[in-house]
Amino acid sequence: MNSDVILRVEHVTMRFGGLVAINDLSFDVRRGEITALIGPNGAGKTTVFNCVTGFYRPSMGMISMTQKNGTVCNLERMTDFTINREAKVARTFQNIRLFTGLTVLENLLVAQHNVLMRASGYTVLGLLGFRGYRDASKAAIENARHWLERADLLDRADDPAGDLSYGAQRRLEIARAMCTGPELLCLDEPAAGLNPRESLELNKLLRGILADTGTSLLLIEHDMSVVMEISDHVVVLEYGTKISDGTPDEVKNDPKVIAAYLGVDDEEVDEVLEEITHVTDEAQA
Amino acid sequence: MEYFIQQTVNGITLGSIYGMIAIGYTMVYGIIGMINFAHGDIFMLGAFAALITFLILTAIFTSVTVVVALIVMMAVAILMASLWNWTIERIAYRPLRGSFRLAPLITAIGMSIVLSNFIQVTQGPRNKPIPQLVSQVYDVYGISISLKQILIVVITVVMMTAFWYLVNRTSLGRAQRATEQDRKMAALLGIDVDRTISITFIMGAALAAVAGTMYLMYYGVAVFSDGFTPGVKAFTAAVLGGIGSLPGALLGGLLIGLIESLWSAYFSIDYKDVATFSILAIVLIFKPSGILGRPEIEKV
Repeated sequence: MNSDVILRVEHVTMRFGGLVAINDLSFDVRRGEITALIGPNGAGKTTVFNCVTGFYRPSMGMISMTQKNGTVCNLERMTDFTINREAKVARTFQNIRLFTGLTVLENLLVAQHNVLMRASGYTVLGLLGFRGYRDASKAAIENARHWLERADLLDRADDPAGDLSYGAQRRLEIARAMCTGPELLCLDEPAAGLNPRESLELNKLLRGILADTGTSLLLIEHDMSVVMEISDHVVVLEYGTKISDGTPDEVKNDPKVIAAYLGVDDEEVDEVLEEITHVTDEAQA
Repeated sequence: MEYFIQQTVNGITLGSIYGMIAIGYTMVYGIIGMINFAHGDIFMLGAFAALITFLILTAIFTSVTVVVALIVMMAVAILMASLWNWTIERIAYRPLRGSFRLAPLITAIGMSIVLSNFIQVTQGPRNKPIPQLVSQVYDVYGISISLKQILIVVITVVMMTAFWYLVNRTSLGRAQRATEQDRKMAALLGIDVDRTISITFIMGAALAAVAGTMYLMYYGVAVFSDGFTPGVKAFTAAVLGGIGSLPGALLGGLLIGLIESLWSAYFSIDYKDVATFSILAIVLIFKPSGILGRPEIEKV
Protein backbone atom coordinates (compact mmCIF):
# COMPACT_ATOMS: atom_id res chain seq x y z
CA MET A 1 0.00 0.00 0.00
CA ASN A 2 1.55 3.29 -1.00
CA SER A 3 1.17 6.01 1.52
CA ASP A 4 1.42 9.29 -0.36
CA VAL A 5 -1.07 11.96 0.62
CA ILE A 6 -4.13 12.54 -1.57
CA LEU A 7 -5.93 15.16 0.52
CA ARG A 8 -4.15 17.52 2.86
CA VAL A 9 -6.18 19.72 5.17
CA GLU A 10 -4.00 22.44 6.66
CA HIS A 11 -4.99 24.81 9.45
CA VAL A 12 -8.57 25.04 8.33
CA THR A 13 -10.86 27.24 10.40
CA MET A 14 -14.52 27.75 9.63
CA ARG A 15 -16.54 30.39 11.46
CA PHE A 16 -20.23 31.09 11.20
CA GLY A 17 -20.55 34.50 12.80
CA GLY A 18 -19.39 33.94 16.37
CA LEU A 19 -19.56 30.16 16.18
CA VAL A 20 -16.30 28.39 15.42
CA ALA A 21 -17.31 25.12 13.76
CA ILE A 22 -13.78 24.00 12.91
CA ASN A 23 -10.75 25.38 14.66
CA ASP A 24 -7.28 25.14 13.10
CA LEU A 25 -7.77 21.61 11.85
CA SER A 26 -5.03 19.74 10.01
CA PHE A 27 -4.98 16.14 8.86
CA ASP A 28 -3.97 14.03 5.88
CA VAL A 29 -5.86 11.45 3.89
CA ARG A 30 -3.51 8.94 2.32
CA ARG A 31 -3.99 7.43 -1.10
CA GLY A 32 -5.43 3.94 -1.16
CA GLU A 33 -6.66 4.04 2.41
CA ILE A 34 -9.98 4.40 4.16
CA THR A 35 -9.82 7.36 6.51
CA ALA A 36 -12.61 7.80 9.04
CA LEU A 37 -13.60 11.10 10.59
CA ILE A 38 -15.34 10.50 13.90
CA GLY A 39 -16.48 12.57 16.84
CA PRO A 40 -19.53 13.39 18.96
CA ASN A 41 -22.52 15.19 17.46
CA GLY A 42 -21.75 18.77 16.52
CA ALA A 43 -18.02 18.17 16.38
CA GLY A 44 -17.81 19.69 12.91
CA LYS A 45 -17.42 16.56 10.79
CA THR A 46 -19.99 17.48 8.18
CA THR A 47 -18.59 21.02 8.09
CA VAL A 48 -15.22 19.52 7.10
CA PHE A 49 -16.97 17.68 4.27
CA ASN A 50 -18.74 20.82 3.19
CA CYS A 51 -15.43 22.66 3.04
CA VAL A 52 -13.83 19.86 1.03
CA THR A 53 -16.67 19.69 -1.50
CA GLY A 54 -17.07 23.41 -2.04
CA PHE A 55 -20.29 24.03 -0.11
CA TYR A 56 -18.47 26.34 2.27
CA ARG A 57 -15.39 28.41 1.79
CA PRO A 58 -13.21 27.99 4.90
CA SER A 59 -12.50 31.20 6.81
CA MET A 60 -8.84 30.24 6.93
CA GLY A 61 -6.54 27.46 5.84
CA MET A 62 -5.85 25.32 2.81
CA ILE A 63 -7.27 22.09 1.44
CA SER A 64 -5.16 20.59 -1.32
CA MET A 65 -5.96 17.56 -3.38
CA THR A 66 -3.15 15.74 -5.20
CA GLN A 67 -4.26 13.63 -8.13
CA LYS A 68 -2.60 10.49 -9.43
CA ASN A 69 -1.01 12.39 -12.29
CA GLY A 70 0.48 14.91 -9.91
CA THR A 71 -1.97 17.78 -10.47
CA VAL A 72 -2.61 19.70 -7.26
CA CYS A 73 -5.99 21.39 -6.79
CA ASN A 74 -6.71 23.88 -4.07
CA LEU A 75 -10.21 22.85 -3.15
CA GLU A 76 -10.90 25.87 -0.97
CA ARG A 77 -10.73 28.06 -4.07
CA MET A 78 -12.85 25.87 -6.31
CA THR A 79 -16.60 25.89 -6.49
CA ASP A 80 -19.49 23.80 -7.59
CA PHE A 81 -19.06 21.46 -10.49
CA THR A 82 -15.30 21.95 -10.88
CA ILE A 83 -14.71 20.07 -7.61
CA ASN A 84 -15.99 16.97 -9.29
CA ARG A 85 -14.98 17.62 -12.88
CA GLU A 86 -11.44 18.88 -12.33
CA ALA A 87 -10.45 17.85 -8.82
CA LYS A 88 -12.15 14.44 -9.03
CA VAL A 89 -13.74 14.51 -5.60
CA ALA A 90 -17.20 12.98 -5.16
CA ARG A 91 -19.42 12.84 -2.11
CA THR A 92 -22.60 11.37 -0.68
CA PHE A 93 -24.92 12.82 1.92
CA GLN A 94 -26.16 11.90 5.34
CA ASN A 95 -29.72 12.37 4.13
CA ILE A 96 -29.67 10.66 0.78
CA ARG A 97 -29.87 12.98 -2.22
CA LEU A 98 -30.80 10.88 -5.22
CA PHE A 99 -32.71 12.18 -8.22
CA THR A 100 -35.82 10.37 -7.12
CA GLY A 101 -37.78 11.12 -10.29
CA LEU A 102 -35.13 9.59 -12.53
CA THR A 103 -34.67 5.85 -12.90
CA VAL A 104 -31.83 4.02 -11.20
CA LEU A 105 -29.96 3.72 -14.49
CA GLU A 106 -30.50 7.40 -15.32
CA ASN A 107 -29.05 8.37 -11.95
CA LEU A 108 -25.86 6.61 -12.93
CA LEU A 109 -25.85 8.08 -16.44
CA VAL A 110 -26.28 11.63 -15.16
CA ALA A 111 -23.05 11.12 -13.26
CA GLN A 112 -21.31 10.48 -16.58
CA HIS A 113 -22.76 13.61 -18.17
CA ASN A 114 -19.43 15.28 -18.93
CA VAL A 115 -18.02 12.30 -20.78
CA LEU A 116 -21.22 11.94 -22.79
CA MET A 117 -21.47 15.64 -23.59
CA ARG A 118 -17.94 15.74 -24.92
CA ALA A 119 -18.50 12.61 -26.97
CA SER A 120 -21.78 13.91 -28.39
CA GLY A 121 -20.22 17.23 -29.41
CA TYR A 122 -22.51 18.97 -26.93
CA THR A 123 -25.57 17.09 -28.15
CA VAL A 124 -25.33 18.38 -31.74
CA LEU A 125 -23.23 15.58 -33.18
CA GLY A 126 -25.10 13.07 -31.06
CA LEU A 127 -28.40 14.10 -32.60
CA LEU A 128 -26.88 13.70 -36.04
CA GLY A 129 -26.06 10.12 -35.13
CA PHE A 130 -22.28 10.30 -35.13
CA ARG A 131 -20.53 7.09 -34.25
CA GLY A 132 -18.42 8.47 -31.41
CA TYR A 133 -21.51 9.30 -29.42
CA ARG A 134 -23.08 5.88 -29.82
CA ASP A 135 -19.85 4.24 -28.65
CA ALA A 136 -19.60 6.59 -25.70
CA SER A 137 -23.17 6.02 -24.63
CA LYS A 138 -22.68 2.28 -24.91
CA ALA A 139 -19.58 2.56 -22.72
CA ALA A 140 -21.50 4.71 -20.23
CA ILE A 141 -24.27 2.14 -19.97
CA GLU A 142 -21.66 -0.61 -19.56
CA ASN A 143 -20.01 1.34 -16.76
CA ALA A 144 -23.39 1.90 -15.12
CA ARG A 145 -24.16 -1.80 -15.39
CA HIS A 146 -20.84 -2.62 -13.72
CA TRP A 147 -21.72 -0.43 -10.73
CA LEU A 148 -25.28 -1.70 -10.60
CA GLU A 149 -23.90 -5.20 -10.31
CA ARG A 150 -21.57 -4.23 -7.52
CA ALA A 151 -24.33 -2.41 -5.67
CA ASP A 152 -26.60 -5.40 -6.26
CA LEU A 153 -29.24 -3.32 -8.06
CA LEU A 154 -29.10 -4.77 -11.55
CA ASP A 155 -32.71 -5.99 -11.55
CA ARG A 156 -33.99 -2.56 -10.44
CA ALA A 157 -32.27 -0.56 -13.21
CA ASP A 158 -35.46 0.83 -14.73
CA ASP A 159 -37.34 1.60 -11.51
CA PRO A 160 -37.56 5.17 -10.25
CA ALA A 161 -34.77 5.71 -7.72
CA GLY A 162 -37.32 6.89 -5.16
CA ASP A 163 -38.92 3.43 -5.04
CA LEU A 164 -35.83 1.70 -3.70
CA SER A 165 -35.47 0.68 -0.07
CA TYR A 166 -33.32 2.83 2.19
CA GLY A 167 -30.31 0.53 2.08
CA ALA A 168 -30.53 0.21 -1.69
CA GLN A 169 -30.75 4.00 -2.07
CA ARG A 170 -27.55 4.33 -0.09
CA ARG A 171 -25.75 1.82 -2.28
CA LEU A 172 -27.09 3.59 -5.37
CA GLU A 173 -25.79 6.91 -4.09
CA ILE A 174 -22.34 5.42 -3.68
CA ALA A 175 -22.53 3.79 -7.12
CA ARG A 176 -23.55 7.13 -8.62
CA ALA A 177 -20.64 8.92 -6.99
CA MET A 178 -18.30 6.24 -8.35
CA CYS A 179 -19.67 6.70 -11.87
CA THR A 180 -18.12 10.17 -11.98
CA GLY A 181 -14.73 8.43 -11.76
CA PRO A 182 -13.46 10.12 -8.59
CA GLU A 183 -10.05 9.69 -6.98
CA LEU A 184 -11.39 10.63 -3.57
CA LEU A 185 -14.84 9.64 -2.38
CA CYS A 186 -16.28 11.35 0.69
CA LEU A 187 -19.07 9.42 2.42
CA ASP A 188 -21.20 11.12 5.05
CA GLU A 189 -22.44 8.45 7.47
CA PRO A 190 -22.85 5.68 4.90
CA ALA A 191 -24.03 3.16 7.52
CA ALA A 192 -26.63 5.38 9.19
CA GLY A 193 -30.02 3.70 9.35
CA LEU A 194 -28.83 0.41 7.89
CA ASN A 195 -29.60 -2.93 9.51
CA PRO A 196 -26.64 -5.20 10.40
CA ARG A 197 -26.93 -7.21 7.18
CA GLU A 198 -27.04 -4.10 5.00
CA SER A 199 -24.16 -2.69 6.99
CA LEU A 200 -22.12 -5.78 6.19
CA GLU A 201 -22.92 -5.46 2.48
CA LEU A 202 -21.85 -1.85 2.63
CA ASN A 203 -18.49 -2.75 4.16
CA LYS A 204 -17.96 -5.23 1.36
CA LEU A 205 -18.84 -2.61 -1.26
CA LEU A 206 -16.48 -0.03 0.22
CA ARG A 207 -13.61 -2.50 0.55
CA GLY A 208 -14.23 -3.60 -3.02
CA ILE A 209 -14.12 -0.01 -4.29
CA LEU A 210 -10.79 0.53 -2.60
CA ALA A 211 -9.31 -2.71 -3.88
CA ASP A 212 -10.48 -2.45 -7.49
CA THR A 213 -10.48 1.22 -8.39
CA GLY A 214 -7.86 2.62 -6.04
CA THR A 215 -10.25 5.39 -5.06
CA SER A 216 -9.37 6.64 -1.60
CA LEU A 217 -12.21 7.00 0.88
CA LEU A 218 -12.89 9.58 3.53
CA LEU A 219 -15.89 8.78 5.67
CA ILE A 220 -17.82 10.18 8.58
CA GLU A 221 -19.24 7.47 10.74
CA HIS A 222 -20.99 7.01 14.05
CA ASP A 223 -21.15 3.26 14.00
CA MET A 224 -17.96 2.27 15.81
CA SER A 225 -18.03 -1.31 14.59
CA VAL A 226 -17.93 -0.06 11.00
CA VAL A 227 -15.16 2.40 11.75
CA MET A 228 -12.99 -0.07 13.59
CA GLU A 229 -13.51 -2.77 11.04
CA ILE A 230 -12.89 -1.02 7.77
CA SER A 231 -10.80 2.07 8.34
CA ASP A 232 -7.03 2.23 8.12
CA HIS A 233 -6.74 5.63 9.71
CA VAL A 234 -9.01 7.49 12.13
CA VAL A 235 -9.21 11.20 12.90
CA VAL A 236 -11.22 12.23 15.97
CA LEU A 237 -12.82 15.66 16.28
CA GLU A 238 -14.39 17.33 19.27
CA TYR A 239 -15.74 20.89 19.22
CA GLY A 240 -14.07 21.48 15.88
CA THR A 241 -10.60 20.53 17.09
CA LYS A 242 -8.63 17.39 16.36
CA ILE A 243 -8.12 15.40 19.57
CA SER A 244 -6.65 12.21 18.15
CA ASP A 245 -5.22 10.87 14.89
CA GLY A 246 -3.89 7.39 14.19
CA THR A 247 -4.75 3.75 13.53
CA PRO A 248 -8.06 2.44 14.92
CA ASP A 249 -6.25 0.69 17.77
CA GLU A 250 -4.32 3.76 18.80
CA VAL A 251 -7.44 5.88 18.76
CA LYS A 252 -9.52 3.37 20.66
CA ASN A 253 -7.12 3.51 23.62
CA ASP A 254 -6.57 7.27 23.61
CA PRO A 255 -7.86 8.64 26.95
CA LYS A 256 -8.97 11.89 25.31
CA VAL A 257 -11.20 9.99 22.90
CA ILE A 258 -12.68 7.92 25.69
CA ALA A 259 -13.40 11.10 27.65
CA ALA A 260 -15.04 12.73 24.62
CA TYR A 261 -17.28 9.75 23.96
CA LEU A 262 -18.13 8.69 27.47
CA GLY A 263 -18.36 12.13 29.02
CA VAL A 264 -16.48 14.21 31.52
CA ASP A 265 -14.46 13.50 34.68
CA ASP A 266 -16.09 12.30 37.90
CA GLU A 267 -15.72 15.58 39.78
CA GLU A 268 -17.46 17.48 37.04
CA VAL A 269 -20.29 14.98 37.00
CA ASP A 270 -20.87 15.69 40.68
CA GLU A 271 -20.93 19.40 39.99
CA VAL A 272 -23.53 18.98 37.29
CA LEU A 273 -25.70 16.77 39.50
CA GLU A 274 -25.58 19.32 42.29
CA GLU A 275 -26.68 22.05 39.91
CA ILE A 276 -29.64 19.99 38.73
CA THR A 277 -30.89 19.23 42.24
CA HIS A 278 -30.50 22.90 43.09
CA VAL A 279 -32.64 23.96 40.14
CA THR A 280 -35.37 21.37 40.84
CA ASP A 281 -35.48 22.37 44.51
CA GLU A 282 -35.99 25.99 43.55
CA ALA A 283 -38.75 25.06 41.15
CA GLN A 284 -40.57 23.07 43.82
CA ALA A 285 -40.27 25.88 46.33
CA MET B 1 -72.07 19.79 -36.24
CA GLU B 2 -69.99 21.11 -39.10
CA TYR B 3 -69.80 24.42 -37.31
CA PHE B 4 -68.58 22.67 -34.17
CA ILE B 5 -65.85 20.79 -36.01
CA GLN B 6 -64.84 23.95 -37.81
CA GLN B 7 -64.42 25.74 -34.50
CA THR B 8 -62.54 22.79 -33.05
CA VAL B 9 -60.06 22.96 -35.93
CA ASN B 10 -59.59 26.68 -35.30
CA GLY B 11 -59.17 26.02 -31.60
CA ILE B 12 -56.52 23.35 -32.13
CA THR B 13 -54.54 25.71 -34.36
CA LEU B 14 -54.61 28.47 -31.80
CA GLY B 15 -53.93 25.99 -29.01
CA SER B 16 -50.83 24.67 -30.79
CA ILE B 17 -49.36 28.15 -30.77
CA TYR B 18 -50.20 28.62 -27.08
CA GLY B 19 -48.78 25.21 -26.31
CA MET B 20 -45.45 25.98 -27.98
CA ILE B 21 -45.09 29.19 -26.00
CA ALA B 22 -46.19 27.45 -22.80
CA ILE B 23 -43.32 24.95 -23.08
CA GLY B 24 -40.87 27.81 -22.54
CA TYR B 25 -42.64 28.92 -19.35
CA THR B 26 -42.90 25.43 -18.00
CA MET B 27 -39.28 24.43 -18.73
CA VAL B 28 -37.82 27.52 -17.12
CA TYR B 29 -40.13 27.13 -14.14
CA GLY B 30 -39.15 23.49 -13.84
CA ILE B 31 -35.44 24.12 -13.82
CA ILE B 32 -35.09 27.27 -11.72
CA GLY B 33 -38.53 27.73 -10.20
CA MET B 34 -39.19 31.18 -11.60
CA ILE B 35 -41.70 32.55 -14.07
CA ASN B 36 -39.93 34.19 -16.99
CA PHE B 37 -42.43 36.97 -17.61
CA ALA B 38 -40.37 38.19 -20.55
CA HIS B 39 -41.13 34.95 -22.38
CA GLY B 40 -44.24 36.37 -24.06
CA ASP B 41 -42.14 39.20 -25.41
CA ILE B 42 -39.55 36.74 -26.67
CA PHE B 43 -42.41 35.25 -28.68
CA MET B 44 -43.30 38.70 -30.03
CA LEU B 45 -39.64 39.34 -30.83
CA GLY B 46 -39.55 36.08 -32.75
CA ALA B 47 -42.55 37.25 -34.80
CA PHE B 48 -40.79 40.54 -35.55
CA ALA B 49 -37.54 38.83 -36.49
CA ALA B 50 -39.52 36.67 -38.92
CA LEU B 51 -41.32 39.74 -40.29
CA ILE B 52 -38.11 41.67 -40.89
CA THR B 53 -36.49 38.63 -42.47
CA PHE B 54 -39.47 38.33 -44.79
CA LEU B 55 -39.22 41.98 -45.83
CA ILE B 56 -35.47 41.66 -46.48
CA LEU B 57 -35.98 38.45 -48.45
CA THR B 58 -38.63 39.98 -50.68
CA ALA B 59 -36.54 43.09 -51.17
CA ILE B 60 -33.45 41.18 -52.31
CA PHE B 61 -35.00 38.36 -54.28
CA THR B 62 -37.94 39.18 -56.47
CA SER B 63 -39.35 35.69 -56.27
CA VAL B 64 -38.86 33.40 -53.31
CA THR B 65 -40.67 30.14 -52.86
CA VAL B 66 -42.87 30.16 -49.78
CA VAL B 67 -41.22 27.10 -48.27
CA VAL B 68 -37.74 28.61 -48.45
CA ALA B 69 -39.02 31.91 -47.09
CA LEU B 70 -40.70 30.21 -44.13
CA ILE B 71 -37.64 28.15 -43.28
CA VAL B 72 -35.32 31.16 -43.41
CA MET B 73 -37.78 33.25 -41.37
CA MET B 74 -38.01 30.55 -38.74
CA ALA B 75 -34.24 30.09 -38.58
CA VAL B 76 -33.57 33.80 -38.11
CA ALA B 77 -36.38 34.08 -35.55
CA ILE B 78 -34.97 31.16 -33.57
CA LEU B 79 -31.50 32.67 -33.66
CA MET B 80 -32.63 36.12 -32.54
CA ALA B 81 -35.00 34.92 -29.83
CA SER B 82 -32.43 32.49 -28.43
CA LEU B 83 -29.81 35.21 -28.30
CA TRP B 84 -32.19 37.54 -26.48
CA ASN B 85 -33.40 34.99 -23.98
CA TRP B 86 -29.83 33.87 -23.30
CA THR B 87 -28.78 37.48 -22.71
CA ILE B 88 -31.75 38.15 -20.44
CA GLU B 89 -30.93 35.12 -18.33
CA ARG B 90 -27.31 36.15 -18.18
CA ILE B 91 -27.78 39.76 -17.15
CA ALA B 92 -31.09 39.77 -15.30
CA TYR B 93 -31.62 36.36 -13.71
CA ARG B 94 -28.28 34.72 -13.08
CA PRO B 95 -26.86 37.44 -10.81
CA LEU B 96 -29.99 37.13 -8.68
CA ARG B 97 -29.99 33.37 -8.42
CA GLY B 98 -28.94 33.30 -4.77
CA SER B 99 -31.36 36.10 -3.91
CA PHE B 100 -34.89 35.88 -2.55
CA ARG B 101 -37.51 34.35 -4.80
CA LEU B 102 -39.28 37.53 -5.81
CA ALA B 103 -36.17 39.31 -7.07
CA PRO B 104 -35.84 37.53 -10.45
CA LEU B 105 -39.60 37.81 -10.86
CA ILE B 106 -39.34 41.58 -10.65
CA THR B 107 -36.44 41.73 -13.10
CA ALA B 108 -38.45 39.45 -15.39
CA ILE B 109 -41.29 41.97 -15.46
CA GLY B 110 -38.71 44.68 -16.08
CA MET B 111 -37.23 42.74 -18.99
CA SER B 112 -40.71 42.27 -20.43
CA ILE B 113 -41.28 46.03 -20.38
CA VAL B 114 -37.83 46.69 -21.86
CA LEU B 115 -38.42 44.29 -24.74
CA SER B 116 -41.87 45.50 -25.73
CA ASN B 117 -40.79 49.14 -25.49
CA PHE B 118 -37.65 48.45 -27.48
CA ILE B 119 -39.74 47.01 -30.29
CA GLN B 120 -42.24 49.84 -30.02
CA VAL B 121 -39.48 52.43 -30.38
CA THR B 122 -37.53 50.71 -33.13
CA GLN B 123 -40.40 49.25 -35.15
CA GLY B 124 -43.16 51.74 -34.46
CA PRO B 125 -46.40 51.29 -32.55
CA ARG B 126 -48.64 50.36 -35.47
CA ASN B 127 -49.61 46.95 -36.81
CA LYS B 128 -47.06 45.61 -39.28
CA PRO B 129 -48.77 43.57 -41.98
CA ILE B 130 -47.26 41.05 -44.34
CA PRO B 131 -49.00 39.60 -47.39
CA GLN B 132 -50.71 36.25 -47.18
CA LEU B 133 -47.94 33.66 -47.48
CA VAL B 134 -50.00 30.51 -47.64
CA SER B 135 -53.50 30.89 -48.95
CA GLN B 136 -54.71 27.43 -49.96
CA VAL B 137 -57.91 26.32 -48.27
CA TYR B 138 -59.19 22.77 -48.52
CA ASP B 139 -62.79 21.79 -48.23
CA VAL B 140 -63.23 18.56 -46.29
CA TYR B 141 -66.88 17.52 -46.04
CA GLY B 142 -68.01 21.07 -45.70
CA ILE B 143 -65.31 22.07 -43.24
CA SER B 144 -62.72 24.46 -44.56
CA ILE B 145 -59.21 23.71 -43.39
CA SER B 146 -56.51 26.06 -44.53
CA LEU B 147 -53.00 24.94 -45.35
CA LYS B 148 -51.80 27.40 -42.69
CA GLN B 149 -53.65 25.47 -40.03
CA ILE B 150 -52.25 22.16 -41.21
CA LEU B 151 -48.75 23.64 -41.25
CA ILE B 152 -49.09 24.93 -37.70
CA VAL B 153 -50.32 21.63 -36.32
CA VAL B 154 -47.68 19.62 -38.20
CA ILE B 155 -44.84 21.90 -37.09
CA THR B 156 -46.09 21.76 -33.50
CA VAL B 157 -46.12 17.97 -33.59
CA VAL B 158 -42.61 17.88 -35.09
CA MET B 159 -41.21 20.35 -32.57
CA MET B 160 -42.83 18.54 -29.65
CA THR B 161 -41.43 15.21 -30.76
CA ALA B 162 -37.98 16.70 -31.10
CA PHE B 163 -38.27 18.22 -27.64
CA TRP B 164 -39.54 15.06 -26.10
CA TYR B 165 -36.54 13.24 -27.55
CA LEU B 166 -34.11 15.89 -26.40
CA VAL B 167 -35.41 15.93 -22.83
CA ASN B 168 -35.97 12.21 -22.36
CA ARG B 169 -33.33 10.55 -24.44
CA THR B 170 -30.19 12.67 -24.48
CA SER B 171 -27.54 13.33 -21.88
CA LEU B 172 -28.40 17.02 -22.05
CA GLY B 173 -32.02 16.33 -21.16
CA ARG B 174 -30.96 14.03 -18.36
CA ALA B 175 -28.77 16.79 -16.95
CA GLN B 176 -31.71 19.19 -17.21
CA ARG B 177 -34.00 16.86 -15.32
CA ALA B 178 -31.34 16.25 -12.69
CA THR B 179 -30.73 19.98 -12.30
CA GLU B 180 -34.47 20.48 -11.96
CA GLN B 181 -34.63 18.06 -9.03
CA ASP B 182 -31.51 19.01 -7.10
CA ARG B 183 -29.29 21.72 -8.49
CA LYS B 184 -26.57 21.38 -5.88
CA MET B 185 -26.34 17.63 -6.24
CA ALA B 186 -26.13 17.94 -10.02
CA ALA B 187 -23.19 20.31 -9.59
CA LEU B 188 -21.50 17.84 -7.27
CA LEU B 189 -21.72 15.25 -10.02
CA GLY B 190 -19.79 17.56 -12.31
CA ILE B 191 -22.70 19.07 -14.25
CA ASP B 192 -22.22 22.70 -15.22
CA VAL B 193 -25.53 23.91 -13.82
CA ASP B 194 -25.30 27.46 -15.16
CA ARG B 195 -24.74 26.22 -18.68
CA THR B 196 -27.60 23.75 -18.39
CA ILE B 197 -29.90 26.57 -17.31
CA SER B 198 -28.73 28.76 -20.22
CA ILE B 199 -29.48 25.95 -22.65
CA THR B 200 -32.96 25.63 -21.16
CA PHE B 201 -33.62 29.31 -21.84
CA ILE B 202 -32.34 28.90 -25.39
CA MET B 203 -34.58 25.89 -25.97
CA GLY B 204 -37.64 27.73 -24.65
CA ALA B 205 -36.86 30.74 -26.82
CA ALA B 206 -36.47 28.58 -29.91
CA LEU B 207 -39.97 27.19 -29.46
CA ALA B 208 -41.38 30.65 -28.79
CA ALA B 209 -39.74 31.90 -31.99
CA VAL B 210 -41.29 29.10 -34.02
CA ALA B 211 -44.64 29.95 -32.43
CA GLY B 212 -44.03 33.62 -33.28
CA THR B 213 -43.37 32.81 -36.93
CA MET B 214 -46.52 30.67 -37.07
CA TYR B 215 -48.55 33.44 -35.45
CA LEU B 216 -47.28 35.95 -38.00
CA MET B 217 -48.07 33.59 -40.85
CA TYR B 218 -51.55 32.84 -39.44
CA TYR B 219 -52.71 36.37 -38.70
CA GLY B 220 -50.49 38.27 -41.13
CA VAL B 221 -49.69 41.08 -38.69
CA ALA B 222 -47.30 41.72 -35.84
CA VAL B 223 -47.43 44.50 -33.28
CA PHE B 224 -45.21 45.32 -30.32
CA SER B 225 -47.93 44.50 -27.77
CA ASP B 226 -48.40 40.99 -29.17
CA GLY B 227 -46.23 39.58 -26.43
CA PHE B 228 -48.74 40.33 -23.73
CA THR B 229 -52.01 38.54 -24.47
CA PRO B 230 -50.62 35.36 -26.04
CA GLY B 231 -47.96 35.40 -23.31
CA VAL B 232 -50.54 35.49 -20.55
CA LYS B 233 -52.64 32.85 -22.29
CA ALA B 234 -49.63 30.58 -22.68
CA PHE B 235 -48.71 31.09 -19.06
CA THR B 236 -52.28 30.17 -18.13
CA ALA B 237 -51.93 27.10 -20.32
CA ALA B 238 -48.76 26.09 -18.49
CA VAL B 239 -50.48 26.46 -15.11
CA LEU B 240 -53.61 24.66 -16.30
CA GLY B 241 -51.64 21.71 -17.62
CA GLY B 242 -49.46 21.61 -14.52
CA ILE B 243 -46.46 23.87 -14.46
CA GLY B 244 -43.20 21.96 -14.81
CA SER B 245 -44.77 19.29 -17.02
CA LEU B 246 -44.00 19.33 -20.74
CA PRO B 247 -47.01 17.30 -21.95
CA GLY B 248 -49.08 19.39 -19.54
CA ALA B 249 -48.06 22.59 -21.29
CA LEU B 250 -49.18 21.29 -24.67
CA LEU B 251 -52.41 19.92 -23.25
CA GLY B 252 -53.09 23.19 -21.45
CA GLY B 253 -52.42 25.13 -24.65
CA LEU B 254 -54.82 22.99 -26.66
CA LEU B 255 -57.51 23.26 -23.98
CA ILE B 256 -57.25 27.04 -23.82
CA GLY B 257 -57.33 27.30 -27.61
CA LEU B 258 -60.44 25.12 -27.73
CA ILE B 259 -62.22 26.92 -24.90
CA GLU B 260 -61.56 30.25 -26.56
CA SER B 261 -62.76 29.35 -30.01
CA LEU B 262 -65.76 27.31 -28.86
CA TRP B 263 -66.86 29.94 -26.38
CA SER B 264 -66.62 32.68 -29.02
CA ALA B 265 -68.57 30.49 -31.42
CA TYR B 266 -71.48 29.62 -29.16
CA PHE B 267 -71.58 32.39 -26.58
CA SER B 268 -70.09 35.81 -26.67
CA ILE B 269 -66.74 36.71 -28.15
CA ASP B 270 -66.34 39.49 -25.60
CA TYR B 271 -66.34 37.04 -22.72
CA LYS B 272 -63.92 34.49 -24.16
CA ASP B 273 -61.11 35.51 -21.82
CA VAL B 274 -63.47 35.39 -18.86
CA ALA B 275 -64.38 31.84 -19.82
CA THR B 276 -60.73 30.84 -20.15
CA PHE B 277 -59.72 32.19 -16.79
CA SER B 278 -62.85 30.87 -15.06
CA ILE B 279 -62.00 27.38 -16.21
CA LEU B 280 -58.46 27.87 -14.98
CA ALA B 281 -59.78 28.90 -11.57
CA ILE B 282 -62.16 25.95 -11.39
CA VAL B 283 -59.48 23.43 -12.37
CA LEU B 284 -57.04 24.84 -9.84
CA ILE B 285 -59.60 24.53 -7.04
CA PHE B 286 -59.94 20.81 -7.64
CA LYS B 287 -56.41 20.08 -8.86
CA PRO B 288 -54.09 22.71 -7.43
CA SER B 289 -51.03 21.38 -9.24
CA GLY B 290 -52.73 21.45 -12.65
CA ILE B 291 -54.03 18.62 -14.81
CA LEU B 292 -50.75 16.74 -15.29
CA GLY B 293 -48.68 18.40 -12.60
CA ARG B 294 -47.06 16.34 -9.90
CA PRO B 295 -48.53 17.20 -6.54
CA GLU B 296 -45.86 18.39 -4.17
CA ILE B 297 -45.31 15.81 -1.51
CA GLU B 298 -43.60 17.11 1.54
CA LYS B 299 -41.30 14.63 3.19
CA VAL B 300 -41.29 14.76 6.94
